[in-house]
Amino acid sequence: MSIDVLLKEFQEVSEHPYKVLSQYKAEGKKVIGVLPYYAPEELVIAAGMVPMGIWGSNKKTIALAKEYCATFYCTIAQLALEMLLDGTMDQLDGIITPTICDTLRPMSQNIRVAMGDKLPCIFLAHPQYRRPAFGMQFTVDQYTNVKKELEKIAGAEITDEALRGAIKTMNASRAARREFVKLAGQHPEAVSAVLRSAVLRSAWFMEKAEHTAKLQQLNAELAALPASNWKGKKVLTSGIICDNPKLLQIFDDNGIAIAADDVAQESRLIRVDAAETGDPMMALAQMYADQDYDVLLFDEKSSENRRADYVVKQVKESGAQGLILFMQQFCDPEEMEYPYLKKALDAAGIPHVKLGVDQQMRDFGQASTAIQAFADVL
Amino acid sequence: MAKAVSPGVQALRKVVDDVYADARKAKAEGKLVGWSSSKFPCELAEAFDLNVMYPENQAAGIAANRDGEIMCQAAEDLGYDNDICGYARISLAYAAGKRASRKFDPETLEYIIDPKSGKPLKDADGKVVIDPETGKPKKDPKTMQPYTVLDDIYEIEALPETTEKERAYKNFRREAIKPYRQMRMPQPDFVLCCNNICNCMTKWYENIARMRNIPLIMIDIPYNNTVEVHDTNVAYVRAQFDAAIKQLEEITGKKFDEKKFEQACANANRTAQAWLRVCDYLQYKPAPYSGFDLFNHMADVVTARGKVAAAEAFELLEKDLAEQVKTGATTTPFPEQYRVMFEGIPCWPKLPNLFKPLKANGVNVTAVVYAPAFGFVYDDLDGMCRAYYKAPNSVCIEQGVDWREGICRANKVDGVLVHYNRSCKPWSGYMAEMQRRFTADLGVPCAGFDGDQADPRNFNEAQYETRVQGLVEAMEANKAAKEAAAK
Ligand code: SF4
Repeated sequence: MSIDVLLKEFQEVSEHPYKVLSQYKAEGKKVIGVLPYYAPEELVIAAGMVPMGIWGSNKKTIALAKEYCATFYCTIAQLALEMLLDGTMDQLDGIITPTICDTLRPMSQNIRVAMGDKLPCIFLAHPQYRRPAFGMQFTVDQYTNVKKELEKIAGAEITDEALRGAIKTMNASRAARREFVKLAGQHPEAVSAVLRSAVLRSAWFMEKAEHTAKLQQLNAELAALPASNWKGKKVLTSGIICDNPKLLQIFDDNGIAIAADDVAQESRLIRVDAAETGDPMMALAQMYADQDYDVLLFDEKSSENRRADYVVKQVKESGAQGLILFMQQFCDPEEMEYPYLKKALDAAGIPHVKLGVDQQMRDFGQASTAIQAFADVL
Repeated sequence: MAKAVSPGVQALRKVVDDVYADARKAKAEGKLVGWSSSKFPCELAEAFDLNVMYPENQAAGIAANRDGEIMCQAAEDLGYDNDICGYARISLAYAAGKRASRKFDPETLEYIIDPKSGKPLKDADGKVVIDPETGKPKKDPKTMQPYTVLDDIYEIEALPETTEKERAYKNFRREAIKPYRQMRMPQPDFVLCCNNICNCMTKWYENIARMRNIPLIMIDIPYNNTVEVHDTNVAYVRAQFDAAIKQLEEITGKKFDEKKFEQACANANRTAQAWLRVCDYLQYKPAPYSGFDLFNHMADVVTARGKVAAAEAFELLEKDLAEQVKTGATTTPFPEQYRVMFEGIPCWPKLPNLFKPLKANGVNVTAVVYAPAFGFVYDDLDGMCRAYYKAPNSVCIEQGVDWREGICRANKVDGVLVHYNRSCKPWSGYMAEMQRRFTADLGVPCAGFDGDQADPRNFNEAQYETRVQGLVEAMEANKAAKEAAAK
């Protein structure tokens, strides 16, 4: 299949997750909703079910969720609740609610209360001490709870063997996505910013094995392309999420390529893999322990500025000329880390622009002006 | 809010004054001074005789002294978004060296008085003196204050001091920093963070550690979805206590003193129990004091619960209260007609504005969530882990509702006033559902209002007054219905 045809297929999925969900259900599969961040999708796959990421919505408006939360919460969380309340998610068989930020903590309660007997809600609290033995043990304990709850929904036990298989599936998916990010950065003429996002976003909705197979095809096509002679600009994107096609269209209209990203929905969560041998639960805990350089995670060397230094390194290695930060409104972890990110970027002489975004944005005039002005100085 | 100050209240004030004074002294002597989140297990630091200060208490004080806005703005100028918790913003600005200071003329070294400041001048009969020229009330010059400006201690310290004039200027600038204790808190040599209250705390303390290049001791309490605290959660926290002790040994160069630790635990328990008993006095009808006073006494449980002085001061207050209830006396400055629970942290910069319509309508606050929230009572180390696992924002909704409904019942409230606190996402995040439960379970009306614990820009007085009015009307109707039913 040609690059364009493959990209269009990913886009179709990315634009219509509801159709995908309905299709899996029609095939008799059980589907588990997975809220951000760091939920072990491996466990869902090992239970023979389909994990489906929930990252808010670029099309919906908050209405029913107002019964539960005040206005000063990120739209990602509010719109997730909205879709649980308005019937969009009625076909789900369960949902995993991680609680790593101050919005997701109370949201886990609102979701559980609102869903009542309608939908099993699987609670997940990650430790901030990821690496010491006691932290690893806590992760295993929490994942064990998640595993038990998933087994109830699946009606079958999750064997170690199935879990090792699921780890392989997820490792392959992550590897293919990492490879794609690299190739898309090298061939912006073949993969627009809009379609790059569609490929990465669809990974949250499609069955992983299916997505990986298609993505490997795409990667092979991209790798076979002659070296690009991109005349436009290259940037690194940063933030929780930047998957609004209208926003990304501004990149494409102005010849700005995404060289790489520090975006939670794209690369942040797929940087590391789990061991395919040994105790699989421990392997999952180790994978979480290996995560790093994320605004959501505690840094034991907090007096250093490791996360920002890492982003600076990413900018340099990817050949980006600057960084565009999509600041999700009301997201304190991102907001709290901004001053030190800025400091490191300034020190390294890397220009950046911070754009406030939320998922109910419909008018991108201001963003467009800001992005264009930024591109001009690169 | 009470005018008459009882010996117990006096003692409580002194305890907090001493905590600040001791820390300043320690810093001057070159000893280590730490900053700690309010629900970090202070028992650990006490075991090392460390002087520890509490940024949350400090930020509340700065906000109550009307410097919340200038400090929040200073943090925003450093790049911290104005959506971030107001306490965090104030504290981060402070950690960066920013200070609210008094404007002065660099030539004459005299303060420049703000003509808008000050209270009206009163004559011997207590009547306001009118200025014949302007027709407006005259100001009492003694109460007038210089303009508030922002300064930076690191900028001041970098100033030259070669000439007499330079030295005088530098000294004056140092002295011009507002003199209240929260604006003169020493900078930290280490930080103690426990994120049982919120995850914002994690990022806040990481930022301080980075800013000042100092060690951070972290106790991580992941959110809990059940009323019980499971053994696995306890084991996780226990292991962190051990790690924290090791870190503190390294920082101080001292060995962990088990005896001192046990003493601190005993003190903390004694304080917590006395605090709870003081809170319980609000069960009397009429209450012997206004629950708003508890917000002030919280400073003691936050800054000194591991010290015997705090326990003794609360016990003294308890005695005062026992005397008062014997005679039916109360320090509430108005007759109590309605009793409400105040949900959340108050808007510190707007305390008088919060109080005004309550007073006007005879509404006494007889329950605050801080009562159970600071009652850390435990028997052993595992119990201590469990106690610290249960902070206001680390518990599931069922536990949160249970705490509140417990005090609402015991303290016989007629309604609930809910502060949707812009600063505190985890706290405000499930209040809407809680409100529904209070009404369903207790049959009491609830009213919510928008505000902020530290940033005055997020409080709308008109909305607040309307909501209080609505609550009073609903309580009145409830009362009338009950009386009618009784007949
Ligand atoms: S966007 Fe920020 S506040 Fe919202 S769920 Fe993600 S981390 Fe939490």
